[in-house]
Amino acid sequence: MSLIETTMVGEETAGETPAVSRPEQAMQEDLGADFQTVGEIRVDNPAISTTGVQVYYGDKHAIRNVSLDIGRNQVVAMIGPSGCGKSTYLRCLNRMNDTIESCRVEGEILLDGENIYDKAIDVVALRARVGMVFQKPNPFPKSIYDNIAYGPRIHGLAANRTELDEVVERSLKRAGLWEEVKDRLDAPGTGLSGGQQQRLCIARAIAVEPEVVLMDEPASALDPIATARIEELIDELRENYTIAIVTHSMQQAARVSQRTAYFHMGHLVEVGETTQIFTNPRHKLTEDYITGRFG
Amino acid sequence: MQNSLILIVLLLLTALGYHFGRRRALHSVGGAQAIRRLHSLPSYYGLYVVLWAIIPALLVMLLWGLVQDTVLNELIISTLPTEMQSLPPERLGLVVNDIHNLAIGNITSETPSPAIEAAAAHLRSLQATADLARGLVVLAIALAGALFAWRAIAPAMRARNRVESILKGLMVASAMVAILTTIGIVLSVLFESLRFFQKVPVTDFLFGLQWSPQIAIRSDQVGASGAFGAIPLLVGTLLISFIALVVAVPIGLMSAIYLAEYAGPRLRAWAKPVLEVLAGIPTVVYGFFAALTVAPFIREMGESVGLDVSSESALAAGLVMGIMIIPFVSSLSDDVINAVPQSLRDAAYGLGATQSETIRQVILPAALPGIMGGVLLAASRAIGETMIVVMAAGLSANLTVNPLEAVTTVTVQIVTLLVGDQEFDSAKTLAAFALGLLLFLITLSLNIVALRIVRRYREQYD
Repeated sequence: MSLIETTMVGEETAGETPAVSRPEQAMQEDLGADFQTVGEIRVDNPAISTTGVQVYYGDKHAIRNVSLDIGRNQVVAMIGPSGCGKSTYLRCLNRMNDTIESCRVEGEILLDGENIYDKAIDVVALRARVGMVFQKPNPFPKSIYDNIAYGPRIHGLAANRTELDEVVERSLKRAGLWEEVKDRLDAPGTGLSGGQQQRLCIARAIAVEPEVVLMDEPASALDPIATARIEELIDELRENYTIAIVTHSMQQAARVSQRTAYFHMGHLVEVGETTQIFTNPRHKLTEDYITGRFG
Repeated sequence: MQNSLILIVLLLLTALGYHFGRRRALHSVGGAQAIRRLHSLPSYYGLYVVLWAIIPALLVMLLWGLVQDTVLNELIISTLPTEMQSLPPERLGLVVNDIHNLAIGNITSETPSPAIEAAAAHLRSLQATADLARGLVVLAIALAGALFAWRAIAPAMRARNRVESILKGLMVASAMVAILTTIGIVLSVLFESLRFFQKVPVTDFLFGLQWSPQIAIRSDQVGASGAFGAIPLLVGTLLISFIALVVAVPIGLMSAIYLAEYAGPRLRAWAKPVLEVLAGIPTVVYGFFAALTVAPFIREMGESVGLDVSSESALAAGLVMGIMIIPFVSSLSDDVINAVPQSLRDAAYGLGATQSETIRQVILPAALPGIMGGVLLAASRAIGETMIVVMAAGLSANLTVNPLEAVTTVTVQIVTLLVGDQEFDSAKTLAAFALGLLLFLITLSLNIVALRIVRRYREQYD
C-alpha cells in the first residue's frame, strides 16, 4: 500500500501535463504554497493535533503544510482523489512512514500533547498507542488466537494465559468476530473469508488497547456485505477509540464519520462536520469532488 | 557425401523453401495488397515450408547414421570366409575392428590376412556408396517435404496454427531428450547394481559394518575376503554433510536475513552476486584449499591443545564444504524472505513490533518452509559432493563419528573403485554402481522432500 501511494504521489507531482477537460483542469490546479485550509481545523481536546505537516519523498513534496485535529472518540474520514496524500498523512500519525527510506516528515504532530517526532519518543511504544488497519487484510499465517495475542505478547500486556485468553476474547467480541470463530481459535487466520480477516485485523489492532486506530481504506478489498459489517463496527468502536479512516468511498465517509477532511494534491483543502462537507461544501474543489466531477 | 556438404545444401534448400513458400502464399491471393485474405502472415507460410523441409530430412539422417554401421558390419561379415564367421562373438568383433582400422588406414592388431584385406577394400567401397546414398536420400526427402508443404499452401490454410503445433512438438521432443537420458542413467545404474547384488547380498551391502572392497584373483590369496558393507561410508557421508550444514545453515541464514531485511539496496546489489560466486568456484579448488590449508591448520590447532587429529579429517572437509554450500542456503532463503508479503511486515510494525521481533516472530515462521527447502537442497548437494572429500577426507573406511578422524564417503569410494583399469564384472567394480544407486536414492528422496515443502509453502500465500 505504502509503495503504491508513493508512486502515485510521484506520478501526480511529476505529471504537469496540459489539462484536457474542465474537471481535469480543476484537478491539476496548483493551490500554491500559502494556501489556507477552509473550515475549522481545531477541535476541543483533540487526541491528535498536527500543525504544518510537510512530507517529502526524496524531492517530491507529498504533503504540503497540513494542520488538522483528530477529535477524541470521533471518526475522522479523509477523502480525496488518488495520490492526494491522504494515506501518506495517515501513515505519519504512527510513523509508519519511517519504514520508507526516502521519506522525510516536517512539522508538529502531537499525541496527547506530546510530539511523536520528538527524538525521545520510542516508535515501538508509539505504534502500540496508535494502531493501524491496512487496506488489504493481512493476518499473520498463524492461528486466530495467536494473531490476536501477538500484540499483547510483545508488549507484555497479559500476565498469564488466563488474562491473555480474556484479551483475545474481548478483542474478538469488540470486533464482532467472536461468535464466528470462538470454536476454532486454533484455525489459521488466513483461512477466514476476506471480511472476517479484516475484522480479525481490527481485533488484532485493538488487542493492544491503542488510543487511536488508523484505518487505510479498510473496506476497499471487501464485498458490500462485509463492508457494511466493517462500517457498523467502526461506529461501535468510536465509543472506546479515536479513529482516523482513509476512504475512497464518499458514502462510507458520510456513513461512518463525524468530521471529514478533503485532501487535494498534498493540500488539506477543507475540513468540517461531515454533514456540512457533504451538503454544503465551501471550497470549489471539495464541491467538484463530492459531486463526482473528478476523482 | 560429407555431412557438412549435406547440411549446407539443406540450409540452401530451407532458404529457397522460405522464399518460395512466402511467394506462393502472396501469389495465391494476388499480391501483397490483398494480404488480409491470407489466414496467416506470409512469413508463416515460408516457415511452414522450411520446417517440412528440414525436420524429416534431419530425422532420416540421424536414423541412417545409427543404422549404417550395423548394416555394413553384417554385410562385411557375410563376405568373410566361413571359418571366420563361425568365430565366437568377441573374436569376431576383433576381426571386424581390424577391418575397420585397415579401411581407414590405422594400425591393426595383427598382420592382416588376405581375406581381411579384401574385406577392408570391400568395406571402403561399401562406405562410399552408403555415404552417397545417404546424401541423396536425405536431400530427396528434404525436397519432397518442401514440395509437399509448398503445394499445400492456400489462402485458407492455417499456417500460423500449424507452425505453432510443429514448434510445440519440437519442444516436447527436447524435453523428452532430458527425461529419457535421466531414465537411461537410472536404469543402467539399476541393472549394474542388480548384477552386484547377485554377487553380494543386499542385506550385506546395506547393513554391513565393514567396507574393504577386495576381490581375490586367486582363491589362496592373502586378504582375499572382500567386505561390502556400506554403513561406514554412509556414516562418513552423513558426518561430513552434517558438519557442512552446521557451518552453512547459520551463516547462510543470517546473511540472508541481513541482505533481505537490513542491507540497503546498494549493498545488496553487489553483496548478493558476490556471495553467489562462492557457488561458482570449482569444487577442486575448494578441495585443495581444504587439503593444503584447512586440514593442516586444524591438525596444528588440535596438537596445540593435545588432541590427536589425523591429517585428513572429516572436520576439514566438512568445514570447507560448508563454505561451499553457504550460497545455496543464503540465496534461496533470501528469495523466500523477500517473498514474504510486505503487508505482514506492516502488520507487525503497526502493532509496535521492533524489526528483530518482526523478523523472528513473523517473517521467519512465514518463510520457514521455504528455508527448509533451501537447506534440504543444500544437504543433497553436500551428500553428492565428491572433489572436496576425495582430497580432504581420506580413504579409510572408519566407522566413527569423531570429526577429527579420517573417514570416507560414498562418492570417494565410487571414485576409487572406478579409477584405473578394472574388470567390469568383478564385485569391486559393480559395487560402484550399487553405491551410485544408494546415493541417487538418498539425494532423490531429499529433493522430493524439499520440493514438497517448498510447494506447500507456495500454496499458503498466493
